[in-house]
Amino acid sequence: MKAAKAWSVEPALAARFRPGDPVRVRRADVPGHLRTPWYIRGHAGVIERYCGTFPNPEELAYNRSGLPAQPLYRVRFRQQEVWPDYAGSEGDTLDIEIYQHWLEPG
Amino acid sequence: MATHEHHHHDHGHHDHGHDHAHPHPTLPDAAELVTYYQRMETAVRELLIAKGIVTADAVRRAIEAMDARTPAQGARVVARAWADPAFKKRLLENGTAACEELGIAMGGTKLVVVENTPKTHNVIVCTLCSCYPRNVLGLPPDWYKSREYRSRAVREPRAVLAEFGTTVPDSVDVRVHDSTADMRYLVLPERPAGTEGMSEADLAALVTRDSMIGVAKARQPGG
Repeated sequence: MKAAKAWSVEPALAARFRPGDPVRVRRADVPGHLRTPWYIRGHAGVIERYCGTFPNPEELAYNRSGLPAQPLYRVRFRQQEVWPDYAGSEGDTLDIEIYQHWLEPG
Repeated sequence: MATHEHHHHDHGHHDHGHDHAHPHPTLPDAAELVTYYQRMETAVRELLIAKGIVTADAVRRAIEAMDARTPAQGARVVARAWADPAFKKRLLENGTAACEELGIAMGGTKLVVVENTPKTHNVIVCTLCSCYPRNVLGLPPDWYKSREYRSRAVREPRAVLAEFGTTVPDSVDVRVHDSTADMRYLVLPERPAGTEGMSEADLAALVTRDSMIGVAKARQPGG
């Protein structure tokens, strides 16, 4: 994908996932500057797109290089899976950017 | 509203030399409104200027440039996408490159454009802070940064949209985009009916800020 190539920082870790792959967000509670929202941890989704590689924000926050860069994905979640009492349609979804180290094969 | 301490003074003393014949200014002096982070910003800025790393004029110019960005930029992008299918294709493929085609300075912003269709309604939020596509929309509205919007937009988006006057039928999927990391998002609203043959400038006038965040639809012509 053109955009992903243009937006990639090197050196980077190899991408483990491809669009369409089922994934699950790690249910972890670690201190520091995190960009994985609490509400989505532990939930299952599908890779919507690969966004490129970016320095790890958890390292950048402490003035480190954040390298090797982390592959970043947009992951699509079904709202009814995220919120069991969700008021809305079956097809309603939530797209969130998640760095690879927060994802496990679903 | 902030309390004006001097309102509680005994006005007989006139110890602050203020003539009460004219109304008080509506803006409080508000020393008590200066937050920790405002103080820190001032301290860091003054240090950077004192050490000659930046100049006061450079800071002023940067603020002026930030304030000059308005949703009119985004509206121009949307109008071009409505008018030119090839541009729309490029915009959806790489929002940053397409905006740069129109001469918009993207400053490293990685823009993802999401398209509203008769089947899908997109809405943007940043639950972690207030990430916003400033290069194309300017500064975010206060409600976008509020805790209420940030928490409810992901939890009950249809209720939030309804409060903005946007009722999305069950036959249309609501797709929320939480800008948690390096991408920024812009909604490409649906082109309103009855706009065939309109100029790009006239089309752009139908594209509001809120329609590009996704809490509203584009305006109807004449509406």
